[in-house]
Amino acid sequence: MAAVGAFEVLSPGILTTVTDLGRYGFSRYGVAPTGGVDSFSLRVANLLVGNPENAAVLETLAMGLRLKALRDVVVAVTGGNLTPLRDAKPLPMWQSLELQAGEVVMFSGPAGGFRSYIAVQGGVDVPLIMGSRSTNLSSGFGGYGGRPLRKGDIIGCTEGPGRKRFEERVLPPEWVPAYPSRWRIRVVWGPQDDQFTDESRQTFVSHLYSVSSDSNRTGIRLNGAALQVKAGILESIISEGVVAGAIQVPGDGQPIILLGETVSGGYRKIATVISADLPYLGQIMPGEEVAFGAVGLEEAVRALREMEDRIRSIGFTALA
Amino acid sequence: MGDSSLLVELGERISPEVNRRVQDLMDRLEHAALPGVRELSPSYRSLMIRVEPLRMALGQLQSAIVDLVAAGHTGALSSPAEHLIPVIYGGDHGPDLDWVAAHHGVPPDEIVARHSKCTYRVYMIGFTPGFPYLGELPADLDTPRRSTPRTRVLKGSVGLAQRQTGIYPADSPGGWQIIGWTPIELFDPRRQPPSLLNMGDTVRFEAIRPEEVERWPR
Repeated sequence: MAAVGAFEVLSPGILTTVTDLGRYGFSRYGVAPTGGVDSFSLRVANLLVGNPENAAVLETLAMGLRLKALRDVVVAVTGGNLTPLRDAKPLPMWQSLELQAGEVVMFSGPAGGFRSYIAVQGGVDVPLIMGSRSTNLSSGFGGYGGRPLRKGDIIGCTEGPGRKRFEERVLPPEWVPAYPSRWRIRVVWGPQDDQFTDESRQTFVSHLYSVSSDSNRTGIRLNGAALQVKAGILESIISEGVVAGAIQVPGDGQPIILLGETVSGGYRKIATVISADLPYLGQIMPGEEVAFGAVGLEEAVRALREMEDRIRSIGFTALA
Repeated sequence: MGDSSLLVELGERISPEVNRRVQDLMDRLEHAALPGVRELSPSYRSLMIRVEPLRMALGQLQSAIVDLVAAGHTGALSSPAEHLIPVIYGGDHGPDLDWVAAHHGVPPDEIVARHSKCTYRVYMIGFTPGFPYLGELPADLDTPRRSTPRTRVLKGSVGLAQRQTGIYPADSPGGWQIIGWTPIELFDPRRQPPSLLNMGDTVRFEAIRPEEVERWPR
């Protein structure tokens, strides 16, 4: 396997990183998963170009990324619609396509969704660190030198033993996720929901929260009706492990949905986003609105099974 | 927590005994190598177990844990390491030492003596990669956090917060009172394991002079 230059970064846009499905098994050393926030789009992008689901891809936020192909490459763009253009013409998403050497792809701005994933056949070539190629931005390791991409970076891809193989693959349109601006996100209660007042639990599942512009990869910060703990309960708890999707409530009562950048926290969690809805968290933009709906564990697992069945039924196999 | 992790609480308070129970359960689970378990995240008084719910149902995991606990400990507990961490206290290396001394109404040297006479347990690694939560500080070092957190605490800074002490493995924001600095490298992503300190290890601090830094391996 040799690495070859696939793209030159003409402009990195707001934030573009190399990522994969995340780094697991190292939380005991304080290392968070930090994978692609929208794992569904990431996996589908890889499958469209014939990669294993977990190959490294580019994740780009909102707008401004411009990439020049340095050679003929097979790519797929999935996730939020950031209006990708290929030499000024719309570039179709959710399908495999060939870019010729010299062609430029740019992302001109969000039109439903917030993060796009760009998979390249062979996978983005960066070192495997603790079992993952994802960028840990807060600690500066993994991905492309532990940092976001910059103008002039050369993105390599791993070249398989054979020549590149193009096969036209298109995700059935009915499976392309819809990204509304008013979201309904399913949660299961807990682990500390019993420490909130009954009114606050009711508020949490009936109120529409707006997404704050202070949101970042660490968490989606929400503004709206404050949630209160029962009388006599302290604001913070003894630090404990957290997962992506945990909804913590600090002293001001405004919920924060944690993403995969944190290993532990000292605030109460009223509820946790179900696994099947975690990918959507990557597509929620500041200024949009979120409503929470509580479901039981069985429904959560059923929804996850449906998502996994769907990905499996795409039936794309690795080309290499 | 959610549909794919279980938070097992092993006590209410911060204590070495409770923390040892967390470590013990983690070791047993590791030994048992249950299918579908992706990650074990230990903390002061709980163990978070992340699973793939389609391979291991949470209910199934719950009964497996009950069985493991009932079976008693079978594997050997990983032996804790003892670490001696050199620290330059005060001055530019410990910008809050004077404040902490004034808060307790003693000279700065007394704070150094109190901090470096105890042996601490590594309760957990968290906050940022390699950051050790060490405890418990003696009651006469119990110090509130800074009222305004710093936006940037230097890598290697040794801090206090209530009855805890810790070391910042990388530059980061932070609200702990910084009383010293160590040249020791706490986290290296290319090392296996990447963190120098592990849960259950013990740590002592030794006061050194700035010119002594060179004789300590990084």
